[in-house]
Amino acid sequence: MTNPMSLELRLSHSVDDFHLNLDVKLPGQGVTAVFGHSGCGKTTLLRCVAGLEKANEAFIKVNDKVWQGAASFCHTHQRSLGFVFQEASLFSHLTVEANLMYAIKRAPRSTEPSLYRSILELLGLDALIKRMPDQLSGGERQRVAIARALLIQPDLLLMDEPLAALDFARKDEVLPYLERMKKELAIPMLYVTHSMDEVARLADHLIVMEQGKVLASGALTDVFSRLDLPLYQRDESGVVLTGEIESKDEQWHLAKVGMGGYHLWVQDLDYAIGQSVRLRVLARDVSLALSEQTDSSFLNVLSGVVDELHSAEHPSLILVRVKVAEGLIIARITQRSMRHLKLAVGSRVWLQIKSVALIQ
Amino acid sequence: MLSEADWVAIGLTFKLATWVTGLLLVLGTPLAWWLARTQSWWKGPIAAVVAMPLVLPPTVLGFYLLMLMGPEGPVGQLMNSLGWQGLPFSFTGLVIASMIYSLPFVVQPLQNTFESLGRRPLEVAATLRAGPIDRFFSVVLPLSRRGYLTAAVLGFAHTIGEFGVVLMIGGNIPGTTQVIAVRIYDHVESLDYSQAYALSGFMVAFAFVVLVALYSFNRRHPSALSGFGRSK
Repeated sequence: MTNPMSLELRLSHSVDDFHLNLDVKLPGQGVTAVFGHSGCGKTTLLRCVAGLEKANEAFIKVNDKVWQGAASFCHTHQRSLGFVFQEASLFSHLTVEANLMYAIKRAPRSTEPSLYRSILELLGLDALIKRMPDQLSGGERQRVAIARALLIQPDLLLMDEPLAALDFARKDEVLPYLERMKKELAIPMLYVTHSMDEVARLADHLIVMEQGKVLASGALTDVFSRLDLPLYQRDESGVVLTGEIESKDEQWHLAKVGMGGYHLWVQDLDYAIGQSVRLRVLARDVSLALSEQTDSSFLNVLSGVVDELHSAEHPSLILVRVKVAEGLIIARITQRSMRHLKLAVGSRVWLQIKSVALIQ
Repeated sequence: MLSEADWVAIGLTFKLATWVTGLLLVLGTPLAWWLARTQSWWKGPIAAVVAMPLVLPPTVLGFYLLMLMGPEGPVGQLMNSLGWQGLPFSFTGLVIASMIYSLPFVVQPLQNTFESLGRRPLEVAATLRAGPIDRFFSVVLPLSRRGYLTAAVLGFAHTIGEFGVVLMIGGNIPGTTQVIAVRIYDHVESLDYSQAYALSGFMVAFAFVVLVALYSFNRRHPSALSGFGRSK
């Protein structure tokens, strides 16, 4: 394959008084999350890409195939895609195995037994294949639906809030499977969600949508370090950082993660030296000080320079972005503290990080 | 108890009902599908025409069909010019008349089952590269089996019970158009009550067995659609 894979989407679609209008180019690999609140048009976008809805005007190109152009429209069944719906979508008259066979029979290429086995193993379905869909839990059904979408051997996997219909425990049951999928399969995914947590854990590239328009599109870490997006108007928002395990402190069971000019200590969960990890630092878990405190319990204390200030969701709060070496970390503090510390762009500060979440 | 002529009528009736049911299931499917899916203005009027045999006296239906298919009617003249045998008082004519008479009993259950299917199973199948015809046979048909069973049973049973239309268009020719209901009428007319009892009892037993079988099947398979969430 000489051309790098890519996804081009130009869409203009109106339903009643809702207008979807976007023009984005996306990388043809990894997971692209489409993030936004309900009603922002993210599901409609996905349905248009799949051809389940016909956009009024569109140019949809996946790799070198045009799925919809000025005068051409490829029907859904002619597009090389897999689709995972929000709610259970297994054929209720077929066993799990027959549901999977449905895809295998219709896949454009024959399915190697090794591929079949590896997908069963990847999604933990071995014990389930003889069951009927109504004998499965919500999480199991979704895993079967994902496996079925993979077995069609698509060029692009579309996922429409695959975890949204599941309760908290079931989400936690399915998420690790999605993380493994992302790690072990080369298939590009377009993943629609309104969960910051899913975005932080799965996405490489992020599109933020609001009222049918794209507010931002870019690499996850870049988009997450922007203050002007509605991403930061929530309690669970924070930067996502990527780094590498540099060394370990065996005595205290900690691992040192190096990231562009600075490092953070995290709990050692049996990492290998050199392993790359993804961390998340929530803005509400970062506090700022003007001098280095040596008599505190903070494990991670970094120094940096205030880079940008932005109002937060509540008038008592403010978001402060701090440049630390080559990286950016966002803190959420009170307006009063900001006045008290006389913070402004360019101020030198110490960041005290209460917790660092390892998300990959 | 039942005479040989009674058995001929029973055989003819079942043959008629089998033909009518089979043809209606095939021809009623696209009609029911269209009615279940269309947003067209024509849905109301077409649905009303389909339901008409439920309301009209069978003799009205039979009368119009006789006029239409008789030697003076447009269909009759067409048949005549093609050198084909006339439809009234023939088995083929009876099949056509019965199809119109039993149409709502087949189309309405199919329409209901297609409506309750929703869009989602078809969308799922399309994302799994199934084309329209493949989708129908691999998803719609198996998920609608209960609706098909109901349609078949109702269409069959209703055709077996018809009387007025048969009398108008088919008459009373043993082996060709003399069905059970007409034969019972004959028995009563000739005051042969024991034969009428026997044949009527046979009909009651048949209807009872069929309905019991249908209801117990429906209880054992409450819904073929339980695995699907409703799309928003």
